[in-house]
Amino acid sequence: MSSKIEKDAISSTETTGHEWDGLRELDTPLPKWWLYVLYATMVWAAVMCLLYPSVPGIRGYWHGLLGYSTRVEAMRDWHDMQGRHAEAMAQIAATPIDKVITDPKLMETALQSGRITFANNCQPCHGQSGTGRLGYPVLGDDVWLWGGKLTDIETTITHGVRSPDTQARQSVMPSFGADNILKPAEIQAVADYVGVWWGVTPAGTDVSAGARIFADNCAACHGDKGQGVRDFGAPPLNAHVHLYGDTRNDVVAQVTHPRMGVMPNWNARLDTGTIRSVAIYVHSLGGGE
Amino acid sequence: MNAIHDREKVAAPTSLYTNRVKVYTKDVYGPVRSAKSAIMVFCLVVYYTLPWLRWDRGPGVPNQALLLDLWHERFYLFGSVLWPQDIYLLTGLLILGAISLFLVTSLFGRLWCGYACPQTVWTDLFMTVERWIEGDRNSRMRRDAGLWTRDKLWRKLAKHWLWFWIAFWTGGAWIMYFVNAPVVVVEFWTLRAVPDVYFFTFLFATTTYLLAGWAREQVCTYMCPWPRFQAAMFDEQSIIVTYQGWRGEPRGHDKQNNIETFGDCVDCNACVHVCPTGIDIRNGVQLECINCGLCIDACNHVMEKMDRAPWLITWDTLARQEARAVGRQEKLHLVRPRSIIYFAAFLLCGTLVLVGLLTRATTNLSVIHDRAPLFVRLKDGGIRNAYTVKIANKTQNGATYVMSVSGLAAQRLSLPEQNPAFGDSVHLAIAPGSVGDFRLILQGRPGDLPDGRETVAFTLLNETTHQILHYRALFFAPAAAKE
Repeated sequence: MSSKIEKDAISSTETTGHEWDGLRELDTPLPKWWLYVLYATMVWAAVMCLLYPSVPGIRGYWHGLLGYSTRVEAMRDWHDMQGRHAEAMAQIAATPIDKVITDPKLMETALQSGRITFANNCQPCHGQSGTGRLGYPVLGDDVWLWGGKLTDIETTITHGVRSPDTQARQSVMPSFGADNILKPAEIQAVADYVGVWWGVTPAGTDVSAGARIFADNCAACHGDKGQGVRDFGAPPLNAHVHLYGDTRNDVVAQVTHPRMGVMPNWNARLDTGTIRSVAIYVHSLGGGE
Repeated sequence: MNAIHDREKVAAPTSLYTNRVKVYTKDVYGPVRSAKSAIMVFCLVVYYTLPWLRWDRGPGVPNQALLLDLWHERFYLFGSVLWPQDIYLLTGLLILGAISLFLVTSLFGRLWCGYACPQTVWTDLFMTVERWIEGDRNSRMRRDAGLWTRDKLWRKLAKHWLWFWIAFWTGGAWIMYFVNAPVVVVEFWTLRAVPDVYFFTFLFATTTYLLAGWAREQVCTYMCPWPRFQAAMFDEQSIIVTYQGWRGEPRGHDKQNNIETFGDCVDCNACVHVCPTGIDIRNGVQLECINCGLCIDACNHVMEKMDRAPWLITWDTLARQEARAVGRQEKLHLVRPRSIIYFAAFLLCGTLVLVGLLTRATTNLSVIHDRAPLFVRLKDGGIRNAYTVKIANKTQNGATYVMSVSGLAAQRLSLPEQNPAFGDSVHLAIAPGSVGDFRLILQGRPGDLPDGRETVAFTLLNETTHQILHYRALFFAPAAAKE
């Protein structure tokens, strides 16, 4: 390795002076403007550091001469968005629900807003997209305790079920077992009788006793054929969908000591337009009537 | 001792950086200059006027023949409209452009650099303006070396003023490829255009002014990667601008115009003075040479004046020149493995792009099953599944589609966001050139499914054209108990 400065004979360019197996590298000088561009970028960087938040300190940081802040900008955007959202919700609140769904623009807003509001507020119980689970109804099927029309759904969401709201949906299923209205054997007979409707009672079982007990005790609310009565929030029993389970034991347990779910009255937390949007979204999950 | 590296020639250490040697090009006329000017004018006319070319595409769609509408994610290329999912065609076009560059370079050297590259075209334009205002090489050199007189001042000002306006219109025209030209021109001057328009106009005006007015050959030598690797495209069989050293050397002249003592080259440096990159072609193939051939015109004039044969500088291959030097003639080898491979790649890529463009689907259908719930059980024991249907109607006509399904017992369809009622099929209306997005509910009584799912086939019929699309999707149900 030579450190002497030497010139290549053909191009008369200096070499780096380094030699590998007889090969030498040309040391072509860079153009000066290239160097000046590098200096310019350094100046640029310094100016940017002055103008914008840059240098961290012990108790704070250099805020920059322009006072720029992404957080402030984000919050401004967020407030803008909130304002536009409130405007849209006010417009939906001022429009009857049947008119909202026929206005494509309002409908799009309502579905969007409804989907997000549902995910934030309703999903913990009803599951993603109204999947439902034991004790919390599926919202995409065709069984409705309190009605599946747009206005029915809106009323249910607004006032809740068995909530503190005075207009809440109210219904009580008597504790037939716990209050000794029916004996355990009678309850089991009723369970056998209703189980025929969705096929959990083995074929050939004698259900005549259960049929009598059902007519005397249950038909008043659940209907003579177990079709359910929405005025009382009494679920249909001749169905394949059951809120508290569909085995014989589930039925016995529910008749003996009924569980009755509570849904909050959302008027305490959400505005009218938002509730209307959620109602439209729930209606669109597939079960809407 | 290596002959090339003469260790005895030790120079004093110099700076790591060099000053630019300013290139003062001399005007030249001749067939090469005429061809270069014609191509320059053609390229400029195409660039400035293409955005103004109209193309009727019906209502609601821009009627600009060539428009890259990034805001609305549509590329309008005359008769076709490319959507984001067609971007591979654009990639194909770019690859095709690269391969044709390889092919041309392997045959004729850097034709692109010398004639059609925007850097060359605009540099040439700016040099023409400069020559028009400041005069030819000698007067420019004299004025630059001299004091600041009133004459020098107004000429410099006038030149930069004109350069500025050319650069401005260049930047402005660039914007017109991305937003509708007549609209953006009005918006621009009434200060109603979006800030992006002003920013990019300013950006491209600045780069045009700097690159064509000031940087010029520095762009080709130091910034552009193409000269660095184009050596891999051409070889000793490519036709390039060549100084015929065997004829010209030893260069020089005496008063008697004595041909015996000297070669044909009279060492007048005319070829150097006209060169836009300021090199001496007599040094052979060089990184800086853009193959424009202006030196050919310059030399031919001198040869004519000196009563010698023209084409001392000519287009020839290195192999033929080497043979000539020892008195042999050699044939051209334009058809050789390299050019055949480039041509084959060109044909293959061109065919693929063409086939892709012609067989491009005008309607795309996808049916996406909801993630949750996978299924919903109904009162009567039936099962309901929900899907999101996306239909892209890439045509310029609105269309109504009928969607139906097969493969499921007691199947019924509904669009819950439009109409909750169930039927055998659903009707979907899509506006021209847009994507329809629908939630679709499918219900049926699938019976016992061992895996808890089965395949159903959706069929989409265009009511007007009777075109049919199929899509296979899964239908989920509770898994049957395993025996």
